Amino acid sequence: MDSLELVRNIQTFPWNGLWLIPGAPLLGALVNGILTLWAARSGREVSKSLQGGLAVAASFTAFATSYLAWGALRACPEGGLLAQDVSTWIEAGNLHARVGFQLDPLSAVMVLFITFVALLIHVYSVGYMHKDPGFGRFFTYLNLFLAAMLILVLADNLLLLFVGWEGVGLCSFLLISFWFEDAAKAEAGKKAFLTNRIGDAGFLLATFVVLGVTGTLNFNEIQAQHQLFTPGLATAACLLFFMGAAGKSAQIPLYVWLPDAMAGPTPVSALIHAATMVTAGVYLVARLHFLYAMSPVALAVVASVGALTALFAATIALAQNDIKKVLAYSTVSQLGYMFVGVGVGAYEAGIFHVMTHAFFKACLFLGAGSVIHAMHEEQDIRKMGGLMKHLPITGITFFAAYLAIIGFPGFAGFFSKDEILWKALATPNPTFPWLPLALYGILLVGALLTAFYMTRLVVLTFFGEFRGGPKALEKLHESPKVMTIPLVLLALGALMAGWLGVPESIGPGRHVLAAFLEPVFHGSAPDADGIPERFEILFMLLSVAVAFAGMGLAWAVYGQKKTFVVDQTEKRLPGLREILQNKFYVDEIYDHTVLAAVRLTAQYVSFKFIDQMVIEKAVDICVAGVQALGRFARRLQTGSVRWTVAGLAAGAAFLLFWVVR
Amino acid sequence: MEQLGPITTQHYLALSALLFAVGAAGVLARRNFFSALMGLELMLNASNLAFVAFARARGDQAGQLAALFVIAVAAAEVCVGLALVIALFRRKETVDLDAYKELKG
Repeated sequence: MDSLELVRNIQTFPWNGLWLIPGAPLLGALVNGILTLWAARSGREVSKSLQGGLAVAASFTAFATSYLAWGALRACPEGGLLAQDVSTWIEAGNLHARVGFQLDPLSAVMVLFITFVALLIHVYSVGYMHKDPGFGRFFTYLNLFLAAMLILVLADNLLLLFVGWEGVGLCSFLLISFWFEDAAKAEAGKKAFLTNRIGDAGFLLATFVVLGVTGTLNFNEIQAQHQLFTPGLATAACLLFFMGAAGKSAQIPLYVWLPDAMAGPTPVSALIHAATMVTAGVYLVARLHFLYAMSPVALAVVASVGALTALFAATIALAQNDIKKVLAYSTVSQLGYMFVGVGVGAYEAGIFHVMTHAFFKACLFLGAGSVIHAMHEEQDIRKMGGLMKHLPITGITFFAAYLAIIGFPGFAGFFSKDEILWKALATPNPTFPWLPLALYGILLVGALLTAFYMTRLVVLTFFGEFRGGPKALEKLHESPKVMTIPLVLLALGALMAGWLGVPESIGPGRHVLAAFLEPVFHGSAPDADGIPERFEILFMLLSVAVAFAGMGLAWAVYGQKKTFVVDQTEKRLPGLREILQNKFYVDEIYDHTVLAAVRLTAQYVSFKFIDQMVIEKAVDICVAGVQALGRFARRLQTGSVRWTVAGLAAGAAFLLFWVVR
Repeated sequence: MEQLGPITTQHYLALSALLFAVGAAGVLARRNFFSALMGLELMLNASNLAFVAFARARGDQAGQLAALFVIAVAAAEVCVGLALVIALFRRKETVDLDAYKELKG
């Protein structure tokens, strides 16, 4: 049964609770927003428990509804999906856009982990942001973000998805520059939004292509008509969509906003820039799997960019000293893995990694937040050390998430990352036969680097001796339960989520996630049969060996010394460290090339030329024209009585003449 | 000398037009208000002449009636005009029409 037949067999079942999933957080944002504005205007205080509780309740409602919806979906026959058409939106000529939600297995997976992680982060934020004067504003934005993300994932057409897409971009901006009084933080928010915008231009162009070819924006309808696309058009649309995805999901060349986004509060980094918003790009590619399946070139581009980004970001992470920056580059790197997954057609593996990454990355970020809190806003890992005994819960959960991300056997990252590696290697590529091996090689080196820099981070932060000075040492304390309980739950997720995706070679029939997602991607996912399946275990062992190698190397370099000494690389390769630490000077390069070009254009073309010479001149000409006309007409007003009479006589004569004629 | 034709209505109308033109020229070209009034009277009388000529030509008396009306109205209008002059003279001590240029602009 190919994709087309399956599409014809799609049955939609109405489920009228779908609107509540994004609706509850939207309502929460509205109420919290009004409360915050009212408090600001009237000078009165609103209870923080009320606002926090409201936000948590809203996200809990979203989670509970998602759970119920998932239950309803499971009761549907295979290939079925839940749908709710809310209202018409645009009816203009041939363009029909509706506000409609649908829940198929792909959306269900996304919605479930998004709402779960978001709920935990909302709870955590009640503790983390407790002393912040912008408490109400924070939760308004956070709920708004959740609503936008859920709209994105539940949308049944491209236009509504774009609404969610832009919405998460907006909230990302609002939350990154949350402490906007600091100019640098405000600048970071602006950078994020503008970089995203460049990607959005690609998204829009792609939407136009799709609309032009199929005349519809609804996913099911597009899929039903996908044969209208020529390979060239499909490639164009896919590449343009990937441009949008690269902006949103921080791939080369549009990743530069993510490390700067660490200027926002840590729960924001956890929710938006680790678990949810940045995965929107991967979701987009997965949602349009049938389109990408028609363009091997686009898929190869996606996979290659993903692999290169994975490696590139991992190298930068090696030399960062800010705990959040390491995690930020790690996120960029892991997103690269996800794109490799979807780029080789292993959509389900990519989504699997999205899910496991959400758990362990959110746990890592929240743990980092806990550390930063305890260190009184210090984020430099060179000043940390030995925190495991002072912050045991934070330390243990962080350690669990760390094991997950490096791919330690049994933890979540092991299963998902390995599946991507395997699928990348074993899916033969007729157009580019060398690609599977290249991808695998790059990703394997990436895994080594991941293990290395994460071990470095864990060792420097939690083990050894404290390097921050005696005053800071006294203030170290574990975080309150409202912060540690989400950490524990996320760590459990990082432990257990992997078992949803046990590969076939170890446990036949145990890959729950693949089975669940199969009806969605059926027909678009090529078989990974380039290498016989019995070798999968060998490659799995290879990845484990690589992970251990990375761990061991980092331990050797950083762990043996009780106090921090300038590490070997700086002594032996000082130039390399400079480059890595300064992120290959990419931001500076952008500033001197692209941004300089934009600034020059703005100054000379837009301002000097168009604004001054064209528009202002046009206005001047109008003014001069009116003045000349006035000067001319004014000559009639001589004030002389005789002149007036003469005019009267002339007019009368003219009229007479005209009538008598 | 050749026999000139009889005086027809056309002659009267031509004279009327001529008088009208002369009157109009007087109104437009004279700076003294009273001279302008005289020109105005000349125009009115020219139109009277035309009326009467037509009345003679058509044989009915409607034109003569119109001429009578015009004479009466002309008289009234001259009164109003002279009253205006007196009011204006109180302002500017002159009857020079060109002196009133307040509306210039």
